[in-house]
Amino acid sequence: MKDFILPPKDDRDMGTPASRSATMVTLKIDGFDVTVPEGTSVMRASAEAGIQVPKLCATDSLEAFGSCRLCVVEIEGRRGTPASCTTPVAEGMVVHTQSSKVRKIRKGVMELYISDHPLDCLTCSANGDCELQDMAGAVGLRDVRYEAVETHFQPRQNGEANPNYIPKDDSNPYFTYDPAKCIVCSRCVRACEEVQGTFALTITGSGFDSRVSAGAAGDDFMSSDCVSCGACVQACPTATLQEKSVIELGTPERSVITTCAYCGVGCSFKAELNGDQLVRMVPYKHGKANQGHSCVKGRFAYGYASHTDRILNPMIRDRIDQPWREVTWEEAIGFTATRLRDIQAKHGKQAIGGITSSRCTNEETYLVQKMIRAVFGNNNTDTCARVCHSPTGYGLRTTFGTSAGTQDFDSVEHTDVVIVIGANPTDGHPVFASRLKKRLRQGAKLIVIDPRRIDLVKSAHIAASHHLPLRPGTNVAVLTSIAHVIVTEGLADEDFIRTRCDWTEFADYAEFVSDPRHAPEATELLTGVPATELRAAARLFATGGNGSIYYGLGVTEHSQGSTTVMAIANLAMMTGNLGRPGVGVNPLRGQNNVQGACDMGSFPHELPGYRHVSDDATRAVFEKLWGVTIDAEPGLRIPNMLDAAVEGTFKGLYIQGEDILQSDPDTKHVSAGLAAMECVIVQDLFLNETANYAHVFLPGSTFLEKDGTFTNAERRINRVRRVMAPRNGYADWEVTLMLANAMGAGWTYTHPAQIMDEIAATTPSFAGVSYEMLEEKGSVQWPCNEKAPEGTPIMHVDGFVRGRGRFITTEYVATEERTGPRFPLLLTTGRILSQYNVGAQTRRTENVAWHPEDVLEIHPHDAEVRGVKQGDWVRLASRAGETSLRAHLTDRVSPGVVYTTFHHPVTQANVITTDHSDWATNCPEYKVTAVQVALSNGPSEWQRDYAAQAEQSRRILPAAE
Amino acid sequence: MTASPAEKLVAMANQIATFFDTQPGDPAEGIAKHINEFWEPRMREGLLAHAATTTADLRPSVIAALPHIRRARQTA
Repeated sequence: MKDFILPPKDDRDMGTPASRSATMVTLKIDGFDVTVPEGTSVMRASAEAGIQVPKLCATDSLEAFGSCRLCVVEIEGRRGTPASCTTPVAEGMVVHTQSSKVRKIRKGVMELYISDHPLDCLTCSANGDCELQDMAGAVGLRDVRYEAVETHFQPRQNGEANPNYIPKDDSNPYFTYDPAKCIVCSRCVRACEEVQGTFALTITGSGFDSRVSAGAAGDDFMSSDCVSCGACVQACPTATLQEKSVIELGTPERSVITTCAYCGVGCSFKAELNGDQLVRMVPYKHGKANQGHSCVKGRFAYGYASHTDRILNPMIRDRIDQPWREVTWEEAIGFTATRLRDIQAKHGKQAIGGITSSRCTNEETYLVQKMIRAVFGNNNTDTCARVCHSPTGYGLRTTFGTSAGTQDFDSVEHTDVVIVIGANPTDGHPVFASRLKKRLRQGAKLIVIDPRRIDLVKSAHIAASHHLPLRPGTNVAVLTSIAHVIVTEGLADEDFIRTRCDWTEFADYAEFVSDPRHAPEATELLTGVPATELRAAARLFATGGNGSIYYGLGVTEHSQGSTTVMAIANLAMMTGNLGRPGVGVNPLRGQNNVQGACDMGSFPHELPGYRHVSDDATRAVFEKLWGVTIDAEPGLRIPNMLDAAVEGTFKGLYIQGEDILQSDPDTKHVSAGLAAMECVIVQDLFLNETANYAHVFLPGSTFLEKDGTFTNAERRINRVRRVMAPRNGYADWEVTLMLANAMGAGWTYTHPAQIMDEIAATTPSFAGVSYEMLEEKGSVQWPCNEKAPEGTPIMHVDGFVRGRGRFITTEYVATEERTGPRFPLLLTTGRILSQYNVGAQTRRTENVAWHPEDVLEIHPHDAEVRGVKQGDWVRLASRAGETSLRAHLTDRVSPGVVYTTFHHPVTQANVITTDHSDWATNCPEYKVTAVQVALSNGPSEWQRDYAAQAEQSRRILPAAE
Repeated sequence: MTASPAEKLVAMANQIATFFDTQPGDPAEGIAKHINEFWEPRMREGLLAHAATTTADLRPSVIAALPHIRRARQTA
């Protein structure tokens, strides 16, 4: 025994999953009394007592399998030697994990394994991190009596090529599969099924011929359905499935627990290192959001942090047609401060602003909005949530009283009927999708509302009960029709509505939705959704038990985005699906910290904690602490800033970690706005597209290089920990601090923990949060304060934040973006699993192997009438602009609808998107653009001009001596 | 296709009206409150200045909301 005192959150493999039973059972293991929940395996109970039973096929992320026979034990009063992994505990049971009998069996089992395993431990990539090696030691294996005639690991045997030998598969860019090292424990296959839910792996053959196989015969890992989540690699006890980084760099010797910087799921990871060399990222099993799972981005796509494209020195230029000039930090900060103050002197206090980053930490975001409010002296602050979930903020606040998503991710384990609308979790939020799929395999029902047949509609061992393939832009009509069915068929939860909501408002809403024009038969022509399917879906949701709604940007990024969010809130309220596990309204947030960026007061009308700038009491809190007067007027939102720039009243913009030129709609309008400004400051890892129009480039730091916190889509505040020193010299919060101080702020922060203390002191929903508390608890979900010292996994449990839930009338209004003879198709956009947003990070990793370019998905019928074949270059044109990309023919999209991603700047899908936006928040209408598609010869003139401008703009002069 | 600043503000105001026109109660009140809460003073002044020349392109409820739109406290 190494440690008698186990740390509270140790990483030991307990062998089998924890039981959730509340009934406790006491048994005796090797003379020690152990009390565990009913249903726990003998193996896990032993581990709880600090006794590790030898095992190979068992691991605590997977259900027990009982195949390796290494974990056998003796139980008094029972015959034979049962496997401890598959034997549940019983009251009064007396277990012996060591006896001459089990020792002999275990040694025999190991002898057989080792007789068909290479003995190259010293040069093996798993040396020191191999469970087979550990077990050989644990059972005291000293010699192997068998001389194998046939093996799986020798390339040649008996003087000829070994037909059983399969060479290493290194087709996946991140890990290898070496069949020679495989012990066929099935852990990888089970991980692919149980944890990831992809079912890409299987065991072919039987007995001695059993082999792990990816996909069908002839497939390798890359050509199979494998999504490279890494769960199999994580589960493998040997070097059979091994990270290429470990093969190259060796086994890591230290680890730091931190939070992934990709999507809003906010997975916890162990960054494993040698010195400051990152060797691998391993999903952290105690991470509350991911529970030990990961996706290809968080697990493997971190290479951008050390990519040669990273800019590590500050750069400035007077005009954007000049090359960049590398300068010291002092010069860059001084230049910036002077320019911004000059602009204000000439054009007024309101002529500058800033954009906070949803990629950066809460502390960094807080500091940027503080600089804008306290140092710039205006409220011209916004964040990329403007272009994604701002309608969620407006819609949920109006109906429930807070913009917060209502549940934690664990809630999905208790749901019975799920509506997924305008979200594609298997690509956008893959780790959540795995948890959802697990629940669906257990029998929960699924309704997908999406123009595209996303993977959730039908994939291995799951299928949606109903897919409503609506015409883009008709969300409100569809949801109102669902409400119509629920109300007119008497399926509404009157008790809930009477006790929790405003009954008069519901009565108004019920009258509104009951109008025959909202009947699915009436809206079918408009939405394209068959009325019978919609009715069946509505009945299922209203009567199928715990109903939850998960949604994404397919809901918000519409001219009626806010109305759609309110329609979703109405549905949840009228079916009584709020305030307990398994239900709720769940916005799937896009970026790692978009929730946090909103919480931290990034919006031009709201101080931290979603309090309006016109509220005197809130301003007073900050004015007292900051020693300044805060403007009581709302500031400009991103699209308004660009409008004001074109108009000539807005001249300077500080952009931390966002690429508005690529990510925001109507690229030509964005570039015109940026070009009209006198000082654009881009703080980023790379010379992004926006930097083509910048005068100052301040190098940013990665999430590996700083301390802070991210808040995920379930409001969970997770620590980000510094794993290595910033390669650019400063964490992003330090850069903001330098700029603010150069403009006279006089700030003295020396660590992000102090910034969190300031957040807690000023923002009631964060009052209980501190770094000490996060160290102790690991993470916490806001609100976290005196009323909820442990945080709030589920909102609105006893009542809505606003008091009574409010039903809002949701009249469908067609978008002004309409198809016509010139633009007969509707374009909608989305994400793909391997790439992330504008791709600045993922394009600089091996993830390009999966998605080297954006393609246009088009229905074969629409392609045929245009003479377009698979892989052809096509011109995609809208009223805003045109671009070219290759066509991919698929019936995933309906006729009349085309789809693309926006991960690659050469495609610039946003040249096509228009400046239509949500009525309430100006969130752009990315999801509906009328387009035409025609054959083309290659990149458009605009693309060539853009590439030339970008190249010109990215020139860097050699550093001055 | 990018509209002029005034055209954009008009379009935005009319779009806000499409929502409040369907709600119970006085739409003008809702529209003005929404604009006061979310529009920066320059935008509010821009709309009011445009409306001073013509209201032909504004929905009736927006026109009714105009008197309730707060004037900027300071010029930009």
